[in-house]
Amino acid sequence: MPKLTIDDRQVEVPDGINLIEAARLCGVEIPHYCYHPALAVVGNCRMCLVEVEKAPKLQIACNTRATDGMVVRTRSERTQAAQRAVLEFLLVNHPIDCPVCDQAGECKLQDYYMDFDRQPSRFERGRKNHKGKALDIGGGLMLDQERCVLCARCTRFFDDVTHTSELAIFERGDHNVIDIYPGRKVDNSYALNTVDICPVGALTEKDFRFRMRVWYLHRTPSVCGGCERGCAIDIHHHRGRIYRFKPRHNPEVNGYWMCDAGRRSFPALQSESRLTAPLKPAGERMAPIGWDAALAEAAAKIAELSHAHGPSAIGAVAGAHSTNEEAFALKRLMAAIGSGRIAALAWSPADAPRDDNLLIRANRNPNARGLAAIGIGADGIGPLGEAAAAGEIKMLIAMRADLVRALGEPEFVRRFGPLDYLLVLDTDANETGQMANLVLPIAAYPELDGSFTNFKGQVQRLCKAFDPPGEARSAIEILDALAARLAGAAPRPGEAPLAAGAVFAEMATAEPAFAGLTLDGLGEHGAPSRTPTA
Amino acid sequence: MQRYLTRWLDIPDLRRIEVYEAHGGYGALRKALFEMTPEQIINEVKNSNLRGRGGAAFPTGVKWSFIPKDSKKPVYVCCNADESEPGTFANRYELENDPHAIIEGILIACRAVGSHTCFVYMRGEFFTQKQIFETALGEARARGYVGADVMGSGFGVEITVHRGAGAYICGEETGLLESLEGKRAYPRNRPPFPAIQGAFGCPTVVNNIETLSNVPHIIARGAEWYKTMGPASSPGNKLFCLSGHINKPGLYELPMGFALKDLIYEVGGGILDGRKLKAVIPGGSSFPVFTAEEAVKVNMDFDSVRAAGSLMGTAGVMVMHDGTCMVEVLRTVAHFYHHESCGQCTPCREGTGWIEKLLIELEAGRGRTEDLQTLLSVATNMEGNTICVLADSLSMPVKSFIPKFRAEFEEHVRLGCCPFKEDGATPHATGGGDGVAQTPAAAPNRLSAQSTDTDAEADN
Repeated sequence: MPKLTIDDRQVEVPDGINLIEAARLCGVEIPHYCYHPALAVVGNCRMCLVEVEKAPKLQIACNTRATDGMVVRTRSERTQAAQRAVLEFLLVNHPIDCPVCDQAGECKLQDYYMDFDRQPSRFERGRKNHKGKALDIGGGLMLDQERCVLCARCTRFFDDVTHTSELAIFERGDHNVIDIYPGRKVDNSYALNTVDICPVGALTEKDFRFRMRVWYLHRTPSVCGGCERGCAIDIHHHRGRIYRFKPRHNPEVNGYWMCDAGRRSFPALQSESRLTAPLKPAGERMAPIGWDAALAEAAAKIAELSHAHGPSAIGAVAGAHSTNEEAFALKRLMAAIGSGRIAALAWSPADAPRDDNLLIRANRNPNARGLAAIGIGADGIGPLGEAAAAGEIKMLIAMRADLVRALGEPEFVRRFGPLDYLLVLDTDANETGQMANLVLPIAAYPELDGSFTNFKGQVQRLCKAFDPPGEARSAIEILDALAARLAGAAPRPGEAPLAAGAVFAEMATAEPAFAGLTLDGLGEHGAPSRTPTA
Repeated sequence: MQRYLTRWLDIPDLRRIEVYEAHGGYGALRKALFEMTPEQIINEVKNSNLRGRGGAAFPTGVKWSFIPKDSKKPVYVCCNADESEPGTFANRYELENDPHAIIEGILIACRAVGSHTCFVYMRGEFFTQKQIFETALGEARARGYVGADVMGSGFGVEITVHRGAGAYICGEETGLLESLEGKRAYPRNRPPFPAIQGAFGCPTVVNNIETLSNVPHIIARGAEWYKTMGPASSPGNKLFCLSGHINKPGLYELPMGFALKDLIYEVGGGILDGRKLKAVIPGGSSFPVFTAEEAVKVNMDFDSVRAAGSLMGTAGVMVMHDGTCMVEVLRTVAHFYHHESCGQCTPCREGTGWIEKLLIELEAGRGRTEDLQTLLSVATNMEGNTICVLADSLSMPVKSFIPKFRAEFEEHVRLGCCPFKEDGATPHATGGGDGVAQTPAAAPNRLSAQSTDTDAEADN
């Protein structure tokens, strides 16, 4: 563990790290463009030049290993002069078109100019070099070569991470441009990560650009629900609308990246099909009813059918998109009813991608392993479906389980046709809901506190970004209310809805996989669940 | 004075292997293979104090000794034949006239560092030179000097010629290695140095042609003989490339430490058209310029030139007479480095172009006095802050031309035109009415750096 001095601060750092990381550990930011912790060091931007005692020249912090006794000055006169010089050089041929640039507000040229430069331009003689603008290079990427600082993060990402090498540097000197090869476009499943790592406005996302100025966006940490990887993300939202997903660094799960499909999965979470009120069939259509009536009917049906046919006549299916807390709350409700008939639906569409070497998983369910850890779903829905087909099950509670879509209508009808009552808890109107006796609108995961357990057993925290639309409620609140009604407790209006943390705490006591964990204790990177469940 | 690098001047057809052999050729290789251990070869070269001729003047034997002795990876020798420094043409003559000395030097270097493969990275424009070299290589292979079993020693060396595609930066040793590997010639960060991680990730020695062609002579005749020529700190003979306004331009083999004054006036026959010497760039266009007064005091060896404020580089000596516009010279130099900057590092990529743009304005008479300060500051900001030294190669000329010929730069600003141009008075000029009356013939006298120093001060 080398000990060194950075800006008069003594710091002991792990072996083998560079000066940028060492400085970060003691709260000092060394500005940089080309360095990225997940990419090979190239040292081309020269922004991280710092003064290192005993070295005659300034050293690039990215390529300088922290060693014992080193004295580093990141704010000395020489260092600051170099920082100002590099920024001035970067702006010589830059169009300075911030007002119309979509990167404004999250641009490292802007940030570092304000932090380290603030000098007026001296470039008044001669014309700036002109290069390509608004180039559609494929993969959902838009390229502006004039704004590019040629840090080569994007080319290194495609060379070293995706191994697809669609981008390269062409021409020479100040005519250098990033570009695609003639006749070929960017085509890989991770292309949009280059937008995140591009420090300037050179690469922007076609779908996002000009939709929202980034300074209006709030960031809420969450987990992508696109597949069982569960990439850590930040939800970028404004006034209850999601504008984009960005990967959030989690070394245990996704590193710095996420796939493009996951990134593009948010529009489905806020589509026109979202349910905003409890619905009940009324003639040909479904008609809204009040929550109180809906919960009263659902509780009455459970009571009636379990009384008439025994508790085992009540079955439940939890979709593997349910959070751990939702699944546990459903299991607890079923236990209260006295039925053990609970199954998991982990369904992936036929056109889902296969597992790849980076992040993408064929299993499109973000919490399949979490449900299994809670003891739901070892057998899938097969036995439950056959019991329903045999008429043993009279009422089914389907939470986040679009059974019609998963099974196909004929198979759904064969298995679940004999049901007396189908209660659906879901975010969106779907074919299963069309067949239901009662549909309760629930919050989608961006609107929830809770957790997912990914396929490797990492339990990660979801944070609530904003309220669910209309009258939709969190599923645990609904399940808790049903349990309360079945127990005969009077509904107490005004009482705070059940918090996910409380459910998690109970789950940690009841389920060995979660023993010792707390929702708040999961932190940014989550925590491994205790007992591996294959 | 004895010539050994340019023996072809005395020995016709030296490029043919029979002639080369008849004059002792490949004797040094025999000695290196059968009478010396690799350590002895390295020590002999170390003792000779041979310093690299490619411009950096690093001691060759020391460079060789950096190669790990117990490398599990193959070791490569790269011969840098990408000669492209403006004003430099020594390697070209050597390739044309004495290719076997290069081959023999390569073979001895391979033996010294335990390499079985040498890549000769040859400038793409060297088309004829490549043919001559390949022919010589064929002869050497046929005689068993190159191949799986060099001279029956059991030691194998293969030599492969790789042609460049016209980029100056490929002459920078790590840019060369990248290019050799088939990549864009972006110079590499050091460490790791090529001796540890060079071509294809393996230990590699990169030596200039002229360096390697010194080696057979050192091995054949010994380090002590070598040190009889030139000063102790940089011994041996050097190939001087004399060009510019000189009566007898050309390639001259002279001992290190030769007086620049004698090179210009004796060897080179004096300044063209009997004019006055104005300036000399001593080491190829990358290096600080000497005024006439400075030039006549300098001896041409690495340390003396450095002590005088410039660098000997490749010994591309460019001579300029008093009719030369120094603004235009600097603009031309800037154009070259702007064109050849690989664009990897920010300061060089953006700074070289910026400097050229400022100099275009100055030369065209559209400059302002503040531009001189901007030029100096841009040059300072580029210097020493990049991966390779290409940025310094423009920074050094800018920082020497402007202070040494400041009056001339200011005159361009004041007149609003270039006083050396026939049409200097007419185009672009926005002010400077008194420039109109200047005739080109009259201008040089009035504008020589020395005579206008006081004028410039008076103007300020």
